[in-house]
Amino acid sequence: MGRNLTLPTVLGIALLFGLSFLAPWLKFVFTIALAKGLAVLGILLLLRAGQVSFGHALYVAVGAYTVAFTRPVAGDVLILLPLAVLAAGTVGVLVGLFVTRYRDIFFGMLNLAFSMVFYSLLEKLYAYTKGTDGITVVRPSIAGVMLERVPYEWTMLCLALTLAVGLGLLARVFLASPLGQALPAIKTRETRLEFAGISAKRVLLVSYVASAMLAGLGGGLIAMTTLHVTPLLAYWTHSGELVFIAILGGGGAVLGPFLGAVVFELVRVYAAAAFPDAWQMILGAVLLAIILFASRGLWGIYEDLTAKRGVRS
Amino acid sequence: MSGALLSARGLRIAFGGVKAADGIDLDIAEGEFVAIIGPNGAGKTTFINMTTGYLRPQAGTITFAGEPITGLQPRQIVRRGIARSFQIPQLFTEHTVIENVALKVAAHRGFWHGLRPLLDRPTTAATMAILDQFGLRHVAEAKATELNEGTRKLTDIAMAMALEPRVLLMDEPTSGVASAEKFDIMDTLVGALRARGVTAVFVEHDMEVVERYADRVAVWSQGKILASGPPAEVLNDPAVLREVIGVEVKHAAGGGHAHA
Ligand SMILES: Nc1ncnc2c1ncn2[C@@H]1O[C@H](COP(=O)(O)OP(=O)(O)O)[C@@H](O)[C@H]1O
Ligand SMILES: [Mg+2]
Repeated sequence: MGRNLTLPTVLGIALLFGLSFLAPWLKFVFTIALAKGLAVLGILLLLRAGQVSFGHALYVAVGAYTVAFTRPVAGDVLILLPLAVLAAGTVGVLVGLFVTRYRDIFFGMLNLAFSMVFYSLLEKLYAYTKGTDGITVVRPSIAGVMLERVPYEWTMLCLALTLAVGLGLLARVFLASPLGQALPAIKTRETRLEFAGISAKRVLLVSYVASAMLAGLGGGLIAMTTLHVTPLLAYWTHSGELVFIAILGGGGAVLGPFLGAVVFELVRVYAAAAFPDAWQMILGAVLLAIILFASRGLWGIYEDLTAKRGVRS
Repeated sequence: MSGALLSARGLRIAFGGVKAADGIDLDIAEGEFVAIIGPNGAGKTTFINMTTGYLRPQAGTITFAGEPITGLQPRQIVRRGIARSFQIPQLFTEHTVIENVALKVAAHRGFWHGLRPLLDRPTTAATMAILDQFGLRHVAEAKATELNEGTRKLTDIAMAMALEPRVLLMDEPTSGVASAEKFDIMDTLVGALRARGVTAVFVEHDMEVVERYADRVAVWSQGKILASGPPAEVLNDPAVLREVIGVEVKHAAGGGHAHA
């Protein structure tokens, strides 16, 4: 913490915009990456408490399906996104009240279980969800304005970036607060927190609901960008992907999730095109290398590089 | 003694066949400094665990300021004004000393505020005041894992004091500390406690420390209180000498004790 993130943030934004001008289809890739980054930011809050959720795709899917379900009646991004966050937050409270009683492997697996239940519901309740076919989302208006595809995509990219920067800042402030600082205390000495008169469960619940809302927001953005939702959004591999990105990006700073998400999506898109049969192997190898040689993730590598050159602030 | 601040009646708990508390009756008056002595395994830590809600007694009652607190959760008991420190220091190992203590300071000053920094100006000032009282200012920025045993003990106690308790229960505050340092630590500690009018109970193996700092000493043996009274009396009681202090001397001569 305490490190100045302005420079890397500005550089990152400039890079995203620059590349999007050069290769217009990257707008789509980056918007998805930033949306996932928001969900991973939620994962990071829980990681600070030493807890790994293997089910946060649940909240991504809740956010995405909320957009798909309400698009016909409420057609504006500025209404749909808050609804997605609200829905994910509500499910987060209900599930959170239960899962925050558990730690470690039980916490991880219970989250997985809830996400799998939701996945099957999405698949089975065909009358409402159209099953595995999924639901197509008609492009919504933005602040009352219906945009053509290209300006819409630019606007969504800007929106995703604004949310990423704003919520990244908010998360940073939160992590420095007593509540945020209590998260690593849960990891190291949970009982001592109880002996301070603080309910560790409640501390974890607050972060859990925040993480659900972030994932729901990411899901809402994904639905508005891909304009199609399927039960796969809630599938466990998708949850694993969020954890993967968290480790890839590194948990040392709030930029880690976004850095990880952008690199992940780029590698995925390019590796999938270049080596259609081997790209998962490539991602696996990258993860292995990160865990073995750079456990603080890409952000940690960035920190080490800049520290050597004395660009500390 | 109905005017007692903290009062235990008939506390019992057994683990398997071991009676760790076998009818404990104890009254502690406001402002009193009570030392608990007794051999390892006598049930001293168990008494603290029951009083602070970590263990629920199988029988008996604990009253604090006239209200029953038996069986409450640790955090409920802490909020009423009973804090504790630990035989093995329980620090937040990812945090620095100042953060460790500040988390406790914040615990009863807007802890649930998610947007103000932990180390805002008022919390930092209050925390530094406590660190000063315990002579810990020079290690404020050190990670909890980098401290020596004596400093860890002091930090652990400073964390409990940050809760501004009425009663502080300390489990072996000077164990694992070099003899030369013991009196320094106790001077610091007792000074801080007296300055705030805190009632204190401390488990202690060193009889010199007990004589010097305790108003009263309670002797534990196999889950029972064998004797209780002023140190000068109790420490010269032949029965106590035979049953406990003999064991203590041998124990002390035997060096450190492995005990959780
Ligand atoms: N949580 C527990 N589970 C099982 N046995 C315990 C537990 N706590 C204490 N004991 C046992 O109770 C007895 C008293 O322990 P303790 O209170 O730690 O002694 P002291 O602090 O006086 O050395 C010991 O025999 C110990 O092994
Ligand atoms: Mg003990």
